[in-house]
This record gives sequence, C-alpha cells and structure tokens, in this order.
Amino acid sequence: MTAYLLKRLIIALATLVLASMVVFAVLEIIPGDPARLMLGLNASADQVEVLRNQMGLNAPLAIRYLHWAGGLLSLDFGRSYTYSVPVIDLVRERIVVSLPLALIALALSTIIAIPVGLYSASRRGRAGDAIAMGATQFGVAVPNFWFALMLIYLFAVWLRLVPAGGFPGWSAGVWPALKSLLLPAVALALPQAAILARVARSALIEVLNEDYIRTARAKGLPYRAVLWRHALRNAMIPVLTILGLQFAFLLAGTIIIENVFYLPGLGRLVFQAITQRDLIVVESVVMLLVAAVIAVNLIVDLSYAVVDPRLRSRQ
Amino acid sequence: MTLHVDIPEETLAGILAKAFRNRSFLIGLVITALVAAVAILSYVWTPYDVTRLVISDKTQGPSLTHWFGTDHFGRDILSMIMVGARNSIAVALVAVGIGMGVGVPLGAFAAARGGLVDEVLMRMNDLVFAFPALLSAIMITAIFGPGAINAIIAIGIFNIPVFARVARAGALAIWPREFILAARAAGKGSTLITIEHILPNIATLLLVQGTIQFALGILAEAGLSYVGLGAQPPMPSWGRMLFDAQTRMVVAPWMAIFPGMAIVVTVLGLNLLGDGIADILDPKSRRQR
Repeated sequence: MTAYLLKRLIIALATLVLASMVVFAVLEIIPGDPARLMLGLNASADQVEVLRNQMGLNAPLAIRYLHWAGGLLSLDFGRSYTYSVPVIDLVRERIVVSLPLALIALALSTIIAIPVGLYSASRRGRAGDAIAMGATQFGVAVPNFWFALMLIYLFAVWLRLVPAGGFPGWSAGVWPALKSLLLPAVALALPQAAILARVARSALIEVLNEDYIRTARAKGLPYRAVLWRHALRNAMIPVLTILGLQFAFLLAGTIIIENVFYLPGLGRLVFQAITQRDLIVVESVVMLLVAAVIAVNLIVDLSYAVVDPRLRSRQ
Repeated sequence: MTLHVDIPEETLAGILAKAFRNRSFLIGLVITALVAAVAILSYVWTPYDVTRLVISDKTQGPSLTHWFGTDHFGRDILSMIMVGARNSIAVALVAVGIGMGVGVPLGAFAAARGGLVDEVLMRMNDLVFAFPALLSAIMITAIFGPGAINAIIAIGIFNIPVFARVARAGALAIWPREFILAARAAGKGSTLITIEHILPNIATLLLVQGTIQFALGILAEAGLSYVGLGAQPPMPSWGRMLFDAQTRMVVAPWMAIFPGMAIVVTVLGLNLLGDGIADILDPKSRRQR
C-alpha cells in the first residue's frame, strides 16, 4: 500500500507544481506593469523602475517564479493592488464563508443521494425507481444558479422563511450564519445529488448482481443488512470518485452561487478583483482553489485504499 | 458506465428499429431537434425584434401578445430565448469540437504508444482537470477580458481531458483484440490501425460522451454568461437574461422562470438523447432494468 500511497502523493505534488507554473505563466502574459499600476499614470519612468526593482520584477523569470512559489508555501500571496492589504488577509476573511458552504453542500448532496440510490437500486424497474430516476434526470439538467433564484423566490420572497441574501458573519451567532448559508447550500447540493444518486444506483445494481450478495442472502442475512453492509461498501469506489470530482464543481459552484446570494466569499472576491484588475488576488484565489481540487482528489485516491482492502495488499 | 466496447453485429435496419422503440432516445431526439429548429428559425423570424427597446412595454407579464412576458427594456422574452439558443448551442458545440479534436487524438495516441508517452499525457490530463472550467474562464478573462470566445475556449479546454480519457480507455479495450492483431500482421502501422480500426470502434463512446459534454457545455455557458464572463450584451444569452432577472424577481419573476426552463429543457433533451444512444448502440453499457 505504501507504494500506492507514495505514487499518488508524488503525482499530486507534481500536478500542484505544474499548476502553479501555469498560473504564474498566465500572470506573466497579462499585459500591464504591476509597478505602473500601483503608482498610477503620472509616475515617472525612474519611479516605476525603482519600484520594479523593489518588487523584484527585474529578476530573471525562474528566480521570480521561485520567489512567488516560495511565498505561496509560507502563505504569503503578496499584496492586493486595490485593497493594499496582504492577499492572505482577504482570503482568510472570505474562506470562512466559502468553505463551510461547499462542505454543507457536499454533506447535503451525499445525505440525499445515497438513500435515493439505495432505494432505486433495490427497487429497480419498479415505479418507485422510475419516478426517482426521472426526478434525477431533471436534477442533472437544472443549473444551480437558476435553481437558487427559484429558491429565493419561493422561500425568501413568498414565504419569507430565510433571508434572500447577504451574510451576517459568524460573529452574529452560528444559527443566523448557518441560516443564510442554507438556501445556497441546497441550491448547490441538489443538482450534484442527482448526479451522485444516478452513479450510486448503477454502482449498486452492478454489485447486487455479484455472487457474494446471493451468498449473503442465502445465509439468511436480511435484505437491508446485505444492502447496507455488503452492497454499499462495494459500490463506494465509483461513488467516492464522483464525490471527489463533485467537490471541484462545488468549489467552482460556490463562486457563482455566492454572486446569487451576495455572500462575501472567495467567489465575490474574485469577481470584484477581476473588475478592478487586481490580478494578484485573482491569481491567488485560483491557485488556492486548484490546490483544493488537487488535495481532494488525493484524499479520494487515498480513501480507495481504506474502502478497498485489495488495494492495500497490492504490490 | 463500463468502457468495454463490443462491435455492433447488427444491421442498420435493426439499430433503427431499436432506436424507435427506445423512449429516452425518442424524447431526447424530439426535444433536441426542437431546440435546434427554434435556434435556426430565430435567424429568419422571431415574434419581436430583440434589439428594439420598447420602454412603454417594460416588465409585462405573460400574455397573448407576449407569451413569456417582456423584460425591463420591453423586449419580448420568447424572442430573446429563441436568439439566445443560438449562442448556447454555438458555444457548447464548438467547445465539444475543441475537446474532441484535441482530446481524441491525444487519448488514442497515448493508448497506441503506452509507456512513458501514455504516462506523460495522462499526467497532463490531471493538470487540466485541476482547473474547473469556471477557473480557466476566470483566468482567460483576466488576460483577454470577457466574451463569448473566452467561454468557448475555457469550456473547450476542460473538455480535452474528458475526451482524452474516454478515447484512451476505449482504445485500450480494442487494442488486444484479434482483428487488431490481424491488421498488425498485415503490416499496418499503429497510426493506420488507430484511424482504420480503433476510431470506428470507439465512435459510439465518443458520441455518447459528446452529447453529455454538449449538455454540460450549455450549463457551463449559462453559468459563465450569468456571472458576466460569457456573451456580452446586447447579444441575448440565457445566462445573461437570468442575471438581469435576478434583481427584478419580485416584480417580474417570469424574466427568471422562462430562460431557466429553456436551459433545463435543452439539457434534459441532450441527456436523454445521450442515454438513448448509449442504450441502442452499446448494450453492454445499458443500465440494467
């Protein structure tokens, strides 16, 4: 198993390094001189040159990359051009909104999808299965931000149960904060739950056809126990793969959903940064999200080994 | 979905007969054809001119004169949805083209060569996969500014590893087969074998993946233009219409309801079509009933 874990770890790290090079290269291509941007149009060429030297912009490309990448490792993303504060401070402020949102959505999606998948697989071909799968077909087709708008209309405008947007901050108490994350999380989770339920169903159906399921039934184990203990565990690998992929979509999804609900998360930060051409912020947030995607995929790879003992013993 | 492919040993007539008995395929085909027809129709006719602003008609509810109501500039929502369909279809279609055009040769090449070439290409795939379409769109927009072309490039780039993986997995399943051995014995090189034998045998897989990516592309385009990274006004796009609707939800909910339904129906049609094609042409991957 150590070889397997080591290989996955090395691949993840290599991907991360390559991704950071891509992001760095993008920043290099972007027209415009950050030093001139900071000093304004009236600055003299000498002033710009001095600042360029100070910012290390005249160093060779490789040195600049190493300097930048080294900064990332110590969580020094540089200073925002427009806010004049370290980018890490902005990120720290916003991530307490985005991360809980993505995690709640992931949890919701799993809690909804697994029972639906189990229900459909154990009743395959019958009316209940057909209805559930028809519903998931719709769920897959619904754009989450439109679903969000419909939820706002229903629960905030009509029923006035939850706020239509905004975030009171965690300092206002856990419940008010959670309440304002509830609709966004549901909007993010349901389309993903639909995909996950379909994957869980087909993985379960494949497993239920296996001989060991018949054996388990034949030795007198109740159907429910077979389903949860034997079938679900063996169907976990495809489900985990999709969960890992979905986390990437959920993170990207939070960027859009935050704009629907006016949540002060990373997504809002990125879009404000784009309109203000605050590129260092854009690049830092992109780099952070890419790192998160790579990390989650690594965790999924590692969890295969936990779920599937065969991987543990494989040389 | 299993990626094991069998060569269809059926006649065209047999496949057609199966197609017309397949409910998913038929419903999907009808919806997709309808959406395409509406998009084409919009070039020659729409109920109202989408570029003309009639402020006196602004935010009117659905009625006999404006079936889906009007927006805050008095433009007819139905006409805008019709014209918006063009944009959605064009972006998603070209993005699938980019994904297939680059991804399939890469995947087939990786499968044909194996070894180090395969490993390097698949690691490149991992790299691209680490950038969800929205993130690449954000970076591309940061460089070039927003626009429909950037949406196409961003979604297209994300499609490349998807098709590369499907093509590679499909090709790897075909390579050990006897008829490939026969082709080799006949002295054909790996490029020729890939073109003459591998590609025709993974065409089904690619077609199914193509409809899935088409549907995902429409969703992604809507998302990008909703946050302002896609098509720019005055070009009507479904995502942009939803953006405009957002602040007017209380007074004009129809501005949000109908463009969203257009997206749902289109994506639903494509997904059903993809499921249907998979059922008909590739019985092994059929969902057990």
